[in-house]
Amino acid sequence: MSGGSATQAIRTGRFTRGLIYCFLLVAFLFYALPFAIMAMNSLKPLSEITSGNIVALPKVWTIEPWLDAWSRAQIGVEATGLRPYFINSIVMVVPAVLILVLIGAVNGYVLTKWQFRGANIIFGLLLFSCFIPFQMVLIPMARVLGLLGLSGTVYGLVLVHVTYGIGFSTLFFRNYYAAFPSELIKAAQMDGAGFFQILFRILLPSSGPIIVVCVIWQFTNIWNDFLFGASFASGGAAPMTVALNNLVQSSTGIKEYNVHFAGAIMAAFPTLLVYIVAGRYFVRGLMAGSVKG
Amino acid sequence: MSFLTIQNVSKSYGALSVLRDINIAVEEGEFLVLVGPSGCGKSTLLNIIAGLEELSAGDIIINGKVMNGVHPAQRNIAMVFQSYALYPNMTVRGNITFGLEMNGVPKAKREEAVASVAKLLQIEPLLDRKPSQLSGGQRQRVAMGRALVRDPDVFLFDEPLSNLDAKLRVDMRTEIKKLHKTLGTTIVYVTHDQIEALTLSTRIAVMYGGDLQQLGTPKEIYDQPENLFVATFMGSPAMNILPATIEVRDGKPLAALTSADGKPHKLPVAQAYMAAYEGKQVKMGIRPEAIREAIAQEMSADVKTSLIGTLTNTVDLSEPTGADTFISMSVNDTPITARLSAETPVTSGDELTFAVNMDKALFFDPKTEARLKA
Repeated sequence: MSGGSATQAIRTGRFTRGLIYCFLLVAFLFYALPFAIMAMNSLKPLSEITSGNIVALPKVWTIEPWLDAWSRAQIGVEATGLRPYFINSIVMVVPAVLILVLIGAVNGYVLTKWQFRGANIIFGLLLFSCFIPFQMVLIPMARVLGLLGLSGTVYGLVLVHVTYGIGFSTLFFRNYYAAFPSELIKAAQMDGAGFFQILFRILLPSSGPIIVVCVIWQFTNIWNDFLFGASFASGGAAPMTVALNNLVQSSTGIKEYNVHFAGAIMAAFPTLLVYIVAGRYFVRGLMAGSVKG
Repeated sequence: MSFLTIQNVSKSYGALSVLRDINIAVEEGEFLVLVGPSGCGKSTLLNIIAGLEELSAGDIIINGKVMNGVHPAQRNIAMVFQSYALYPNMTVRGNITFGLEMNGVPKAKREEAVASVAKLLQIEPLLDRKPSQLSGGQRQRVAMGRALVRDPDVFLFDEPLSNLDAKLRVDMRTEIKKLHKTLGTTIVYVTHDQIEALTLSTRIAVMYGGDLQQLGTPKEIYDQPENLFVATFMGSPAMNILPATIEVRDGKPLAALTSADGKPHKLPVAQAYMAAYEGKQVKMGIRPEAIREAIAQEMSADVKTSLIGTLTNTVDLSEPTGADTFISMSVNDTPITARLSAETPVTSGDELTFAVNMDKALFFDPKTEARLKA
């Protein structure tokens, strides 16, 4: 019979299917609506918002609010827009994430494949650092940054975030490498590869999924951090999150909601991009075929 | 001086001793198989030879050099792992040349080496594939290629066939044996499969519980096992072990058994020195193929030269396997197996007279489990 599809293992009725799509639609609206409203309002002149029509499509389409937010808006005392702070955040987050991936990989590698006495205790202590609340380390961290002469700089923030991220990075890589076949390491040792050659030639090229997990996690955390940014980097060294706050919370002049919306989308954009781009490489089964038949 | 010497090697993890005083001397070109059940220490010994594990006492000497503490890469050995351990991120070519690259061999030389190894193993069309795109047998070949390309003094194989299906295992077994014939390199091969051990090796080291039980040629191991463990571990189906009492009649020793129905059986013993054990309990070992059906046996030529004892017993079970039929029965409450030709018409419950080739019977001390010798 032509009506029933052979590939359809479970026959679902029209009604059930309708319910499923309804649910999906509601879920989609729930997540997409706030973003859509932000996007819409960032593309209309301020007068349209203040006249009370916040959910309507713009009557006059304009990218002026975006240009304002990017390079003209008043942040603190200077009218620089968010651009320098966006660059600050990039300069902070990229090295921090790279260093964290590297440290995580080395830690995971040593903790699983070069087992030493007390390795598990050290791992436990590293894990413990995942549970320390941010607020607890503010004062000691300020002291350390002061001693190092890094307070108020982007590099200071890199150091802070690297220190804070080591626990999670190590956790990710250790658990991934624990399942990595030790015979591969032995084979590489017999082939004459040294400690770092094994790491860079064998382990890291096979670590795609966990590198992506680590990058997504650390990038999102560091990019979105406000507390450390506000505490340790003031003025020109402030990251995007702090600048966005300064833009929105400015106590002088009128509130330019359209510019605020544009700035907020800008601040969210890099993390979205990381999810979209890196998520594609989050492929399981990169290890398939290395062991067993 | 032998090529590879394992001298008084012991290994312990804290209080747990996994290898005790192992001594094996391997000549150049030999195929030594380490065989034993799981946990007997055979893989540990292989890892110690490879340098992947430290030894607690003793020496490993390869080609005249003491290798204790020498890095695995500097021992001029190559190892094929049970899981093949192919680098998943590299092509077959990359896998094979990685070791050469690490040792600073120039690119032109590496290409040459890959080409010759690929030709030998017939993996030329696979060179640019990733391990995940290969079948089990192909991966096995690549793993061997990676070992071969380094032209080592000694090859180490760690259960290389245990991940293959039954048919492929037999094919690869033949291939490894051919390879050994072609190359003539010394091989140390670990397996728990006694058939692999018997077919491949020039000598076998049977291990159990961290001790070397016996070292010898496959024939020595099969025909003259030193103790009950070796006797029952090697051979399939396993050797029958029966409690028996030695009696002496006209100066000649006899082994007295009692079958399930209480009938006594007296089998002549070929070894004259067994007369010294008169009245003592011993364990008699007899391989299934030494127990045949009596009538058929009378016509076969080898029987005339052998010392035959007869045993009448009830068949509990018959299992045809194609070439042979295995018969299960019990004597003295001990289950025993006989291997009859497939033509023998036997069904369960039949009463049959068996001819036991007593030339092949072995006797063991029931306490020490060692074989009784003259």
